[in-house]
Amino acid sequence: MERAISFTLNGKPTRVTVDDERMLLWVLRSDLGLTGAKFGCGAALCGACTVIVNKEAVRSCTVPVKDIAGKHLLTIEGLSKDERLHPIQEAFINHNAFQCGFCTPGMIMSAYAFLAKKRQPTRAEIIRYMDDNLCRCGNQNRIVDAIQEAAAAMKGKAA
Amino acid sequence: MKPLLIQDDMNVTANGDLSRRRFLKFTGTGLVVFFCAGPLDAWQAASQGVPPTYTEPPKPSVPTDFNAFLQIGADGRVTCLVGRVELGQGPQTAFAQLVADELAVGFDSVNVIMGDTDVCPWDVGTFGSQSMRILGPIVREAAAEARVVLLQMAAEQFKVPVERLQVSDGVITDAAQGKHVTYGELVQGKRIERHLPNVPLKSPADFKVIGKPARRKDAVEKVTGKAKYTGDIRVPGMVYARILRPPAHGATRKDVDTTAAEKIQGVQVVKDGDLIAVIHERPDVAEKALGLIKAQFERKETGLNDKTIFDHLVKNATPPQVMKESGNLADAEKLAEPFELTYFHSYGAHAAMETQSALATIENGKATVWAATQIPFILRDKVAQALGFPKQNVRIITPYVGGGFGGKTNGQNCAEAVRLAKLVGKPVQLVWSRAEDFQYERFRPAAVVKIRSGMTADGKIVSWDFKVYAAGDWGSVTFYDIPNQRTTAVPVTGIAWQKMDTAGDLHPFNVGPWRMPGVNTSTFARESHMDVLASKAGVDPVEFRMRHLSDKRMRRVLEAAVKQFDWKPTRAPSNQGIGIACGTWYKTCVATVVQVKVDKSTGKVQVERVATAVDAGIIVNPEGARQQVEGCVSMGLGYALSEEVRFSNGEILDKNFDTYEIPRFSTMPKIEVVLVDNPELAPDGIAEPPAITMGAAIANAIYDATGARLFQLPMTPDRVKAALKQS
Repeated sequence: MERAISFTLNGKPTRVTVDDERMLLWVLRSDLGLTGAKFGCGAALCGACTVIVNKEAVRSCTVPVKDIAGKHLLTIEGLSKDERLHPIQEAFINHNAFQCGFCTPGMIMSAYAFLAKKRQPTRAEIIRYMDDNLCRCGNQNRIVDAIQEAAAAMKGKAA
Repeated sequence: MKPLLIQDDMNVTANGDLSRRRFLKFTGTGLVVFFCAGPLDAWQAASQGVPPTYTEPPKPSVPTDFNAFLQIGADGRVTCLVGRVELGQGPQTAFAQLVADELAVGFDSVNVIMGDTDVCPWDVGTFGSQSMRILGPIVREAAAEARVVLLQMAAEQFKVPVERLQVSDGVITDAAQGKHVTYGELVQGKRIERHLPNVPLKSPADFKVIGKPARRKDAVEKVTGKAKYTGDIRVPGMVYARILRPPAHGATRKDVDTTAAEKIQGVQVVKDGDLIAVIHERPDVAEKALGLIKAQFERKETGLNDKTIFDHLVKNATPPQVMKESGNLADAEKLAEPFELTYFHSYGAHAAMETQSALATIENGKATVWAATQIPFILRDKVAQALGFPKQNVRIITPYVGGGFGGKTNGQNCAEAVRLAKLVGKPVQLVWSRAEDFQYERFRPAAVVKIRSGMTADGKIVSWDFKVYAAGDWGSVTFYDIPNQRTTAVPVTGIAWQKMDTAGDLHPFNVGPWRMPGVNTSTFARESHMDVLASKAGVDPVEFRMRHLSDKRMRRVLEAAVKQFDWKPTRAPSNQGIGIACGTWYKTCVATVVQVKVDKSTGKVQVERVATAVDAGIIVNPEGARQQVEGCVSMGLGYALSEEVRFSNGEILDKNFDTYEIPRFSTMPKIEVVLVDNPELAPDGIAEPPAITMGAAIANAIYDATGARLFQLPMTPDRVKAALKQS
């Protein structure tokens, strides 16, 4: 059903009038012009489309836009503030934790949600949490290193 | 001295004849292989209809004019233009390093524009780990020549001998007069018309940027979501397309009803011959409409599936040619009783995270196509022929590509986008679903290798008969010292690149190059067999290889891997779960030691540690090189342990990542990379070779752990359990 849906997008009140069964990923990418979240599988199997809804990481390719009415949505575009990179982004750069970069926004958003819950995770905990985010280029070990470094850098600070 | 000539023309010309020197250099450094040239079906839209024909035009050459590769702005910023593309393997960064060092400018002042056919010089494509090996020296030469020309220009301006001048960070200084001039001031945004022959390149001892770790040029864009991939490009008036596909290769459409799809507001159904597509302003609405089309297909029974395929391949493969023969095999087989073992490799998918994508616009007789491709210039020529346009009226722009691995060397998706753009008269973006990406993959070919070998009682291999079926000849000739040997395979040139065999219908669907084509398969067979022989001889697998190895470069690499791992001589199976394999492609040498843990009840293999040593000549960006080795290890884990395309009668049964298992965080072992330093040698390529040793190293480690020998990749839990039962 086409209707107006309001939510907060990267800190700004936002309203879209769309078929409310459409998946969030496509509303973000084609109605709102935010192409950071990527299409990889369309079935919540790869994590490339991960965004944050009310502090939880969700696979936006399988979340109908009606489910985010009234909620806070954070995408990769909203992570750095005033051109200042988030510590997770800094850590990804420091460790060259990407190659093609297609999975990277989803990896960073997943890591963001994880670190908000678990401030100082062990390597094993990071691997377990991130295991459903796929990276074909093979940067998993670097991503774990980057998340550990980000966790240390964020110690004592709000996410 | 020639008069100074500067033209007001900043246009980069893509055509230019190769000078003799460069021509010799270019062809003299090795093979120039064209993966994608030729066959008509490669360009055919899978949805049928009348395929646009494509005749390969004469190949242009890489230009000699350094202006084609370099532009110096009035602000002193340098733009490096190369027809290669950034797939994640890091050439954007490495080319900037080459230019920064040879031109004597800061790394941060170099921008690299890649894969845009209107502004970059002609290029064959990005594959075969050749960006540094083949184009690298040409770009270095261009930058070195430009530096010396700029020094001459400054000398003329200052009226001093050129020897007096110093250059650093794009500023030329005459210390004696206290004068300086920047490159930007000298060039004033114009094209340099002067050329100098035979400008020497810097020697490795003088490198300031080459060989040092560099921050990736794409870093900030990629961590902020600002990096644009083809599917992220938006142009006014564009629409999204989805194509109706048959359920299986070889299936024909009998009946179709598009009524329900047409009822969705804004949907346009396109029918053109066998092609049926839906168009909408929103990609997901097009997808929804596609789901409402009712169509019946008749499938073709072939009897082929992922189990019957190997017999089919051996029976139907083109009779192989002799690639190398030495000594006398028949006589040698009388000296030592030979035995034969057969090795199998299943079909594999590239499965890049970004599916095949293109955005095509056709306006006023000019086509512009954004494409996720490894071959922008070949695509340009194909699109031009399909549309009947002169090629200067077609522009291919390659944004960041979300992984290639050999899978983006064809362009079926691009052909479909162009065809639809022409049909609907609007810009059309076509991003394949994951299922389409699997269905129209050009898989790494399933293949069979038979090795018949004989060894004397003192552990010397005296005969070696190596036959490859269906995977081509790459990596098939052994580097071990065996007096009597023969290697037979079908050489992969021309049409074989599309089929991996000259028999066009050998494989039931398209196959193509997959990160180190053919070599993964051949290396798995050879290095597994070396361990079988070592075990028979009762000799440590490293020692056994060394006894048959005189190649100094390979010996050095093997020693480096063994040292890194701290390998203790042993006779397999030793229950430690360690395995080794060596491999080579072009001149790059690789040796890999792995350690595995095998769960005997489930058959699951966990690789815990990988130590890989690589000699790839000079390393431009050590950090980038390490990343490439890690990527190879990861893809190697995939093809060795889990990646297998299941199919039945033309239907690809693996349609997404739930059943097609690529490596995950929990799959990854500790990876130790040793870059064996060889700075005096030209770069040899590193983005593929380290993948080739993974299959055999893991197979050998499983044998060492359990005494069970695996003969088929991938070594899935079921296959491991079956092998354990047999051992």
